Amino acid sequence: MDNFDNIDSVQMDILKEIGNIGAGNATTALSQLINRRIDMGIPVVKVLEFKDLSEVLGGAENPIVGILLGLEGDISGMIMFVLEQSAAHILINMLMGKNIDNFEDFDEMDLSALKEIGNIISGAYLSSLSSLTSLRILATVPYMAIDMAGAILSVPAIEFGKVGDKALLIQTDFGGDRENVFGYFILIPDMPSYGIILRSLGIDT
Amino acid sequence: MAANMIKVGMADLNTCKSPDVLTTLGLGSCVGIILYDPITKVSGLAHVMLPDSTQIRNNSNVAKFADTAIDQLIKDMELLGAKRNRLVSKIAGGAQMFSFGSTNDLMRIGERNAVASKKKLDELRIRLLSEDIGENYGRTIEFYSETGDLLIKTIGKPPKTI
Repeated sequence: MDNFDNIDSVQMDILKEIGNIGAGNATTALSQLINRRIDMGIPVVKVLEFKDLSEVLGGAENPIVGILLGLEGDISGMIMFVLEQSAAHILINMLMGKNIDNFEDFDEMDLSALKEIGNIISGAYLSSLSSLTSLRILATVPYMAIDMAGAILSVPAIEFGKVGDKALLIQTDFGGDRENVFGYFILIPDMPSYGIILRSLGIDT
Repeated sequence: MAANMIKVGMADLNTCKSPDVLTTLGLGSCVGIILYDPITKVSGLAHVMLPDSTQIRNNSNVAKFADTAIDQLIKDMELLGAKRNRLVSKIAGGAQMFSFGSTNDLMRIGERNAVASKKKLDELRIRLLSEDIGENYGRTIEFYSETGDLLIKTIGKPPKTI
């Protein structure tokens, strides 16, 4: 496999299953963190053209939160957890026991908590990937940015751009009791790492 | 005649004549390169993702790279009546969206995109009139072919024209 421009259905199914297991673990971690039941939707794996990528989160100018971790160990690349600003808002209020109406009113501490949410659930995602594949997968410290969707998604897009003309996105939605929170995981191993992951699961690449 | 707003996506390029407006939304580490012929007002905008097509194996999309996108933009603009020796340029974008240590090559991609764009313009002797590059925030840009103004919008800051 050289890139995602002609991914076959078996590989697609495997990646979908990785997304399913990873996001399942991540959802459990999040649920424990905010002490609430969270339902998870069936993950959707999308292979998108770059020009369509920034449209998935409500348009290129829509403010979103991106939490990025580098991958190290047996594979390299990055994982990014992205959510709409409104979803981030709900999560912080839940976690910090606040009732803030305006996103701008969150302080450093709140934003730091949000980054930690990203860190914990991305970590849960990666640890399930690690046990599934028996690969050693470590994450760097998290980095967070709050900006236009197009600008934040340009970071993973550029990584995909180095090998092809399409990006692979694993979308997972989380639903709470009252409010829905939507998040996306974008797992971006570099191209050799995709081979390593698929081979570890016994798939020819 | 009412001006059309022409959207240019990621790894994409387009051209227009006055009074149309070229725009690209949410530029991050990518760079928006404007070329402009002030006499005919023929304008072009490329939204490039990577600095150098020669470093990448899969390089069929010319709009993805700073070097090949500029070449293609000039060809397309000449078809609309622009003259190569009159072209001037403006660039924006090339932000570092996440504040990693600056030593990591992967992460300095915004800066590298900006440097590569300027180098290519310099090689072609196209004068760079103004730039708004780097920093750590996204930009939406609009280029007005009638006036040659480049409007830059960011979240939480007043818009500016360069």
